[in-house]
Amino acid sequence: MMLLVTSGVAPYLAQAESILDVGDTFIVPLLLKLAFVLGIFFVVPLVAGYLEHKAMARMQHRRGPVEAGPFGTLQLVADGIKFIQKEDLIPSAADKWVFAIAPGVALVPAMLALLVIPFGPGVFALDLELGLFYVLAASSVSVLGVLMGGWSSANKFSLFGGLRAGGQLIAYELPLILAAIAVAVQAGTLSLVGIVEAQAEFMLFGTGINLWFVIPQLLGFGIFFVAALAELSRPPFDMPIGDSELVFGYMTEYSGIKYAMYMLTEYAGMVTMSALMVVLYLGGWQLLPGVPLPGCEGAGGLFDCDVTGTLLGVVVTFGKIMLLVFVMVWLRVAYPRLREDQLQRIAWQVMVPLALLNLALVTIAKVVY
Amino acid sequence: MAPSAPPGIGLLKGLGVTVKHLFKRPTTLMYPHERDVLAPRTRGVIALMDENCTVCMLCSRECPDWCIYIESHKETVPPAKEGGRARTRNVLDRFAIDFSLCMYCGICVEVCPFDALWWSPEFEYSEYEMGSLLHEMEKLREWADTVPPPPPLEEGAVLPAEVSDALAKAEKERELVAAKELEAKQAAEAPTETAGDAPKKGKAAEPEIHVKAGEIDQETFDRLIAEGKSERMARAKAKAAYVKKEKARLLAEAEAAGGAAEPEAPAPKAAEVKVEAGEIDQETFDRLIAEGKPERMARAKAKAAYVKKEKLRLRAEAESDTGEGTGADEPAEVPSELGASPEAAKQALDAGDAGTAPAEDAPDVAAEAATTEAPAAKKLGDVHIEGAGEIDQEVFDQLIAEGKSERIARAKAKAAWVKKRKQAKLDEEGGA
Repeated sequence: MMLLVTSGVAPYLAQAESILDVGDTFIVPLLLKLAFVLGIFFVVPLVAGYLEHKAMARMQHRRGPVEAGPFGTLQLVADGIKFIQKEDLIPSAADKWVFAIAPGVALVPAMLALLVIPFGPGVFALDLELGLFYVLAASSVSVLGVLMGGWSSANKFSLFGGLRAGGQLIAYELPLILAAIAVAVQAGTLSLVGIVEAQAEFMLFGTGINLWFVIPQLLGFGIFFVAALAELSRPPFDMPIGDSELVFGYMTEYSGIKYAMYMLTEYAGMVTMSALMVVLYLGGWQLLPGVPLPGCEGAGGLFDCDVTGTLLGVVVTFGKIMLLVFVMVWLRVAYPRLREDQLQRIAWQVMVPLALLNLALVTIAKVVY
Repeated sequence: MAPSAPPGIGLLKGLGVTVKHLFKRPTTLMYPHERDVLAPRTRGVIALMDENCTVCMLCSRECPDWCIYIESHKETVPPAKEGGRARTRNVLDRFAIDFSLCMYCGICVEVCPFDALWWSPEFEYSEYEMGSLLHEMEKLREWADTVPPPPPLEEGAVLPAEVSDALAKAEKERELVAAKELEAKQAAEAPTETAGDAPKKGKAAEPEIHVKAGEIDQETFDRLIAEGKSERMARAKAKAAYVKKEKARLLAEAEAAGGAAEPEAPAPKAAEVKVEAGEIDQETFDRLIAEGKPERMARAKAKAAYVKKEKLRLRAEAESDTGEGTGADEPAEVPSELGASPEAAKQALDAGDAGTAPAEDAPDVAAEAATTEAPAAKKLGDVHIEGAGEIDQEVFDQLIAEGKSERIARAKAKAAWVKKRKQAKLDEEGGA
């Protein structure tokens, strides 16, 4: 992989080989990668949604979906079919073009972010050298779709929701990025695959103990998690939707397939953010710190895996992602919605200073050791 | 997460609570697959027993949603008696409830004076169209068959008006017949009556026969069901049949136990004698309580006994004042011994001149005799015997062998014991 960089290829190109890079043609790997990203985008959020349905239901002494498919697993598929069938309403006062493309503007960045996230040894579409930067940049475009939807609906509740979302996403983008920068500083790379590799090689201050970044950067992980929740407008930070005050925020006027796209954006965002946290802090596809995956021979027992090792790595990654999704659901059930002013105060007075402190500590530690 | 304050422990507690509930059993009832046990008087739908409906229109007018539709026509009923007036009667043609309007307030069920509307526990009558929720008489009648029978009455509760009325009517008829029989009997037996074989009475004619109304007559029930009657109606009729049968049976038993069918005679004419009804006859009360009657009933009977006694006493006094109808004995004492069986007292009065005395079959009557003084010519009633609790084993065994109930046998045996002892004492005194 170093070969590519040293040989003068532009730095934004892929570093590591994906298992999807088969053959010498351009089109076959492209189609494979497209299918891979789309498959993940349309399947994993549904699994996350099913997990949310079930976990939330059980926490509230309910059963959740049971009828659609075995154990209700196809509930979200049924919901999707229903949404497609519904009438696509556009308010007469709405700014029709903006109203129509807004869900897409929100949806596509969530899809794009999946492009660089590694789900296992070699299981990724691209390993950009600027992967972390790319993910953060792409995911922050989603706010545009939200703002567009809120504005174009010609509805005061939608407008309020959109503005709240704008304010919230800007406020929490900063701690999120500062926390991610600290990881990049510690890892010494912006490549997500490189960050996973760095975690496999990180030893605790000269000792032989291998640690994931979540231990030295526990503060950073907390900041990143909370900021991610706020970025996704997940409870307890769901003021942009705030159904007790704003009907349904920027989604008030949306119905049918457009509404489904917004919802898919939210769940895909949950998956993306969880996957990002897994890569940045929880050691990616490593089963345990310092334990190489069986069948893997590459650096730190992470690369050049056989089929078993690859599958195990993928399972481990998705297990960690679902665990984080479960925590998000757990927080949703446990906590009430914050007030808008509390949200902003927490962002600017607590999260940003803490994130800066975390960055400073990590940088100093990096320089000293 | 606040920098100035320690991390909120309450946040962690909240997470703890939710995760604890994650592992609890869901309370969901998987409705179409499993069913809840509904409350006994569930208000699912309003049912109509159209045979009870008189088209009074009360339900329709009281309905806040105006969702009851009633149509009827008039029919002329021929006069019941010769030369009477022909009557008109409303006949129900249509009775419909629009359950898309109904708000299930139940006012119609409440106001129906003829028990034609009922709450049925049926609740699964959803329709695909709103209009299909307008249900006509036939459907409402079907639901009436699903109405559960009324809950059993509490122990000692007042019977429903229709049941107690019917019972009272039957009792009255029976008394009338009995009075006639008694008259006939008295006419036949009066000359030969002696102290020894005075007829036993009182017990046989227990004024009220109590039959528990919870059971049904299975035979009647089966027959009615076979005839195509609704289950509810069949049940009600079968209940009534059971009560009737039981009463007949008890009556027959009591009469058999009393030997001669000597029912209650009308109480002595006491219209002219006024007695204040506030007090009770303690002995009667105690006896009834001991027999396991509820206190209220015992008190009522004891009151009645007291009034009867007093009346008899007053009347006897009046008679003795005028010097009529007295023999060697003291008339004032006679009724006081006989309060529990007025007809016996009457006999005593009637037979007073002949010097005879009635037999006493209530065991505790003996105790009353304690107050009497020894008269010149003694009779059974004047003899006081201690220990009314014992029974005459021979009589008891015989009665049991005859198939009498233990209670009746015991009572009779007690009476027999007292009588024997009295006779013995009397003989002894006479001999001395």
